[in-house]
Amino acid sequence: MDLFLQVMLLRSIKVCQGRAVIWVSLNDQFFAVHQVAERVEALGQFVMKTRRTLKGHGNKVLCMDWCKDKRRIVSSSQDGKVIVWDSFTTNKEHAVTMPCTWVMACAYAPSGCAIACGGLDNKCSVYPLTFDKNENMAAKKKSVAMHTNYLSACSFTNSDMQILTASGDGTCALWDVESGQLLQSFHGHGADVLCLDLAPSETGNTFVSGGCDKKAMVWDMRSGQCIQSFETHDSDINSVRYYPSGDAFASGSDDATCRLYDLRADREVAIYSKESIIFGASSVDFSLSGRLLFAGYNDYTINVWDVLKGSRVSILFGHENRVSTLRVSPDGTAFCSGSWDHTLRIWA
Amino acid sequence: MPAINIEDLSEKDKLKMEVEQLRKEVKLERQPVSKCSEEIKNYIEERSGEDPLVKGVPEEKNPFKEKGGCVIA
Repeated sequence: MDLFLQVMLLRSIKVCQGRAVIWVSLNDQFFAVHQVAERVEALGQFVMKTRRTLKGHGNKVLCMDWCKDKRRIVSSSQDGKVIVWDSFTTNKEHAVTMPCTWVMACAYAPSGCAIACGGLDNKCSVYPLTFDKNENMAAKKKSVAMHTNYLSACSFTNSDMQILTASGDGTCALWDVESGQLLQSFHGHGADVLCLDLAPSETGNTFVSGGCDKKAMVWDMRSGQCIQSFETHDSDINSVRYYPSGDAFASGSDDATCRLYDLRADREVAIYSKESIIFGASSVDFSLSGRLLFAGYNDYTINVWDVLKGSRVSILFGHENRVSTLRVSPDGTAFCSGSWDHTLRIWA
Repeated sequence: MPAINIEDLSEKDKLKMEVEQLRKEVKLERQPVSKCSEEIKNYIEERSGEDPLVKGVPEEKNPFKEKGGCVIA
């Protein structure tokens, strides 16, 4: 059979299988999460405001990550600078200048003793953090990952020993930090991969990635196989984040919507959108319990969504340019947003 | 280095990759959405009482509360 026809046939079988289960039981409806949550108490008024503003980057902030100590933050920007901050005091503890511009990805090591970053240099490099004033951080730099196009995202696995990367070359890869060896590569996206997130450690060795092919793909880290894929967005997927239980994940896209996908149902189960929201969502993260979904947008705002009811509970203003990155702190007491306005803000 | 750069693949190769992937996924066992949504709802309800961003954190306990002034006596 013609290849194109095969793709169309298999795609429609997949959609029908997803729907077949719904028609069997009269209780199932398309956006079941909202139906099921009808009797759940609505959330009260939210008063969330900027508690700290981190100033120091000379250009657009592209990425940030929290340290497990719940107070330190690493951020990277277009001008090549990577800064480690103490978010309580707003002091800068470390700074390094990368040899490339557009450092699109950065991550904190689980031990808190190193950071990883990369971007237009097509690499992911690890810098050990030292408090010795005489040591030049850049001198200890270790190149770990090498892609054939820009690095869009990186994350340590549950130890400092391995790093997972996503790239504009359409692949994700798992690397050994010490040797720089490629342990596994993940092929399947039809275009640039823009984001990834590791499953919570209790749920095993999987991660989810999102790309310019509008697909979100869930991978088995050991075999390199794609386990499940989802294609319901109308444009690039900029951000993916696992739901706290690991049974679902959220995505944010240039199509101005965020969506929730359930892994056991193998389908999209909620859409977070409004007619008035027409700019892309760049970054999403859940609150500790999963009740709230925070999403940063290209229209400079942050929308807070009630995950169960599908409604927006709050809109946060403050940034003066696109919100490019957003993460909730490890203990869920605050979240941090980074923006093209050169600053990061801590909200609580 | 990962073996491929997506720009080097032809449309035909990309479609072949997609067909292979979809063939595998067609065989997945799926659970009803109503059941999965119930589980999500229960998970959240059990935990949202303890979620600092949902219930709010009293100013005294909030590490990010407004910094007070310092007075050196």
